[in-house]
Amino acid sequence: MKPFTYYRATTLHDAVTTLAARANARIIAGGTNLLDLMKLQIEVPQQLVDINGLGLDTIAGAENGGLRFGAMVRNTDLAAHQIVREQYGVLTRAIVAGASGQIRNRATTAGNLMQRTRCPYFYGTAMACNKREPGSGCDALNGISANLAILGTSDACIATHPSDMAVALRALDAVVHVLGTEGERSIPIADFHRLPGDTPHIETALRPGEIITAVEVPASIGGTHVYRKVRERASYAFATVAVALVARVDGASVTIERLAFGGLAAKPWRVEAAERRGSGTPEEVARDAAAIILEGARPTDRNRYKIALAQRTLHAALIDAQEQSR
Amino acid sequence: MTHDHRPLDVTRREFNKGAGLGIAASASIGWMTFVQTPASAETPSESTAKIELNVNGEARELMVDPRTSLLDALREHIGLTGTKKGCDHGQCGACTVIVDGRRMNSCLSLAVMLTGSEILTIEGLGRPEDLHPMQAAFVERDGFQCGYCTPGQILSAVATLEEIAAGIPSSVATDVTALPAASAEEIRERMSGNLCRCAAYPNIIAAILDVQEKRG
Repeated sequence: MKPFTYYRATTLHDAVTTLAARANARIIAGGTNLLDLMKLQIEVPQQLVDINGLGLDTIAGAENGGLRFGAMVRNTDLAAHQIVREQYGVLTRAIVAGASGQIRNRATTAGNLMQRTRCPYFYGTAMACNKREPGSGCDALNGISANLAILGTSDACIATHPSDMAVALRALDAVVHVLGTEGERSIPIADFHRLPGDTPHIETALRPGEIITAVEVPASIGGTHVYRKVRERASYAFATVAVALVARVDGASVTIERLAFGGLAAKPWRVEAAERRGSGTPEEVARDAAAIILEGARPTDRNRYKIALAQRTLHAALIDAQEQSR
Repeated sequence: MTHDHRPLDVTRREFNKGAGLGIAASASIGWMTFVQTPASAETPSESTAKIELNVNGEARELMVDPRTSLLDALREHIGLTGTKKGCDHGQCGACTVIVDGRRMNSCLSLAVMLTGSEILTIEGLGRPEDLHPMQAAFVERDGFQCGYCTPGQILSAVATLEEIAAGIPSSVATDVTALPAASAEEIRERMSGNLCRCAAYPNIIAAILDVQEKRG
């Protein structure tokens, strides 16, 4: 690990001004991804600004019946919160589908959104990667791309975003509250993560010096909440395909209320046009919705399977919804 | 030709470091497939920080380079080598300790960030003459072979039962509003952050279930 200076912020304002003062400063929260990358010298910050002493760890009711949780709420605490379990079940389910118990105890809400891709070419410093080294190329395009993206990709990058939590937040229409030297603003989760385009190293809508202070979800929409994740082993692995679903179930018939996919793109993938397209059997609804969502997919020869897998995972998730609502 | 009979200049600890990296590198084609670990020699840091950790009930003041992980602080600075370094990237769980009542990977946290924290390591859990029930159950059930992952397994297991008792949900729940039960399925899922390359898993699960049964 390269040397850095360590600074423990005393107030939120202090954190923002310290972060803005140095180009190569980074916020550290749980550190479960950042420290890993620093050990590999993929991240080489000159200064770490620790915000663990700032609180930002409360979960409280928000305007219009929503729920607001601080940037530093640990993944375990968010998943276990009674209101989240009862009214935003897809969020609890998504969080506990990710990482391990140890990591969820440490990892934070904001850090989860800010984590970097697990593309093996991003991690392999001998490989070309436009995210790690802009302009160097992308060895993943003709490489081992089985776990990489099929939607929203570019010739510069086919990495996926690894978060499960973010997929549920996308389905729930969350808003990310941020603070910078020029003040506060709110970013809809839909706009928070960026598609790669020509600049895959710019991953979020955060401006230099801005930090996440809280995430808010609007009032619960009810329904049956499902998170179904397909991965290469039963636990503690990143998704090949994941489905965050809120559905209405009426006997044998299901309706999609909200639907977002993980494992397919550089951000949680949601196409609103595929939602509420009518009711039907899980098979019919999955077929129709998947056709809309996967239109324009640009797979490699190695990850073409994700097109069929996405439809089947949605089908299975709709059956889960039926079983859960019995 | 003369032979040099000096003992091999390799310590068990150095051997284990290499073996641990081998585990990470030989994983299936995933995110660590092409990782090349930078040389471990570190550029001297210009700054050190004074920190205070309460380890197993004992206050410890240390001067550390800010880069020092909690794991290295425990092993290299305090000399408590019961906490093991496997992958050093949060994937194997060998370094699991309990910080302020919660299990975490000590390799993925900087010691400087934890100043003022209470840390429980395997050395503080029980003594050879007075084993913690989880340690006794691992012995009884043969919950290990080489033993390298065992301190992490045991601390993770102790915390897992606490997490279940506290009602924290896991991904095996069909109803996330319900309280979890300490079933074998729950324990397997919750222990997935602790790898055992000897594959003592069935006996580890049996040991944890024994302790749970006695807890009632």
